[in-house]
Amino acid sequence: MPEMAGLDEGGPLFAQVAERLAGEIAGGGLAEGERVPSANELAAFYRINPATAAKGINVLADKGLLEKRRGIGMFVATGARATLLARRRAEFTERYVQPLLTEATRLGIDTDELIALIRESSSERRGVAV
Amino acid sequence: MTPAISVTGLTRRYYDEVALDGVSLTVGAGTITGLLGRNGAGKTTLLRILAGQEFPSSGSVQVLGAAPAENEDVLRRLVLVREDQVYPDFKVCHALRAASFCHPDWDAGLASSLLNDYGVRAGKAIKGLSRGQRSALGITIGLAARAEVTLFDEPYAGLDAVARQVFYDRLLADFAAFPRTVLLSTHLIDEAASLFENVVVIDRGRVALDTAADGLRGMATTVSGPVLAVDSFTAGRPVWERRGLGSQASVVMVGQVSGEDRELARSLGLDLTPLSLQQLVVRASGWSAGADSLTERTWA
Repeated sequence: MPEMAGLDEGGPLFAQVAERLAGEIAGGGLAEGERVPSANELAAFYRINPATAAKGINVLADKGLLEKRRGIGMFVATGARATLLARRRAEFTERYVQPLLTEATRLGIDTDELIALIRESSSERRGVAV
Repeated sequence: MTPAISVTGLTRRYYDEVALDGVSLTVGAGTITGLLGRNGAGKTTLLRILAGQEFPSSGSVQVLGAAPAENEDVLRRLVLVREDQVYPDFKVCHALRAASFCHPDWDAGLASSLLNDYGVRAGKAIKGLSRGQRSALGITIGLAARAEVTLFDEPYAGLDAVARQVFYDRLLADFAAFPRTVLLSTHLIDEAASLFENVVVIDRGRVALDTAADGLRGMATTVSGPVLAVDSFTAGRPVWERRGLGSQASVVMVGQVSGEDRELARSLGLDLTPLSLQQLVVRASGWSAGADSLTERTWA
């Protein structure tokens, strides 16, 4: 599906829109109290049906991450960022650590070696000699 | 919400040929619906009947609450843009003026900005337009009409990918500003997929699929990787298609994939790829034909 401004084929589109918005909020791109793009704005940006975009916004509103201000639009709720970051931390093991261990096992890298590799990469990133 | 279009048991015969065979469907007001199917499936016949340009052999058709045929009140609230639209021998600006008389909500500013996007001059004779420019004129009329029911029948013959993107963008923008009911027939399915709220697939004159577009995504998944792993992963699940090459296999599996499934697939070293709308439609077009011909069916 070309030209969709980065939405991929995995899962329903509305869920992907919700995920993108959640990512923006967690990353601080959308601050608490800030106005969230409208369904029409999101539809134009992602080149998707406005009803699909609205459904994505509603997913976050139902979770209390967005709040509606009558006649103005949707805004990021207070505490939304903390909630999302807590969720991401909880998912970190499943999304990153487990796959890492799976691939390591496949390559015959044991846990000690893996930890050493992580230390090594981490120090390189900081520019510190190992 | 009352449907903008409601069709029940619609059949259309041409001598001994059946173009539409007991079609029943509704299109909700204010939605964009994709009308999909192979060439000759009956999409154009259906759209022409909805636009009152052709008569049903039997069955009932309601557009905006009334039968469209010879119904002036319905027809002025409706526009049909055809792939092979034929225009009388006059200039672009004349075609726009004629359209402005037919459609009460006509927006002349939108029309000229669209023509400008497509580089079509208003003073040019329609005969002298390229195929793509003629399509651009059709799209311009279809959007600028701002008709409550807007029907597009493969509106972009001769338009390249960039020009088609202009059409999608302008359609979405104008739809957002002036909501209406849009039915768009296309065989560029994956390209247009994200525009649709609902999808209707017609196959050999019958409705093969009529569903919300969101529900279709993730309805089936291709599982690929080592044969043994693929087999153990897909064991006991409905499967549409299976292909193998040496020690690798690729299986199309029906049904939603859970988080646990993903975890399992990862540990087995399998790739999971959701089927695109186009692939699903190819399947849907095969369903009503029976399993035997499934493998032979491809898009024309």
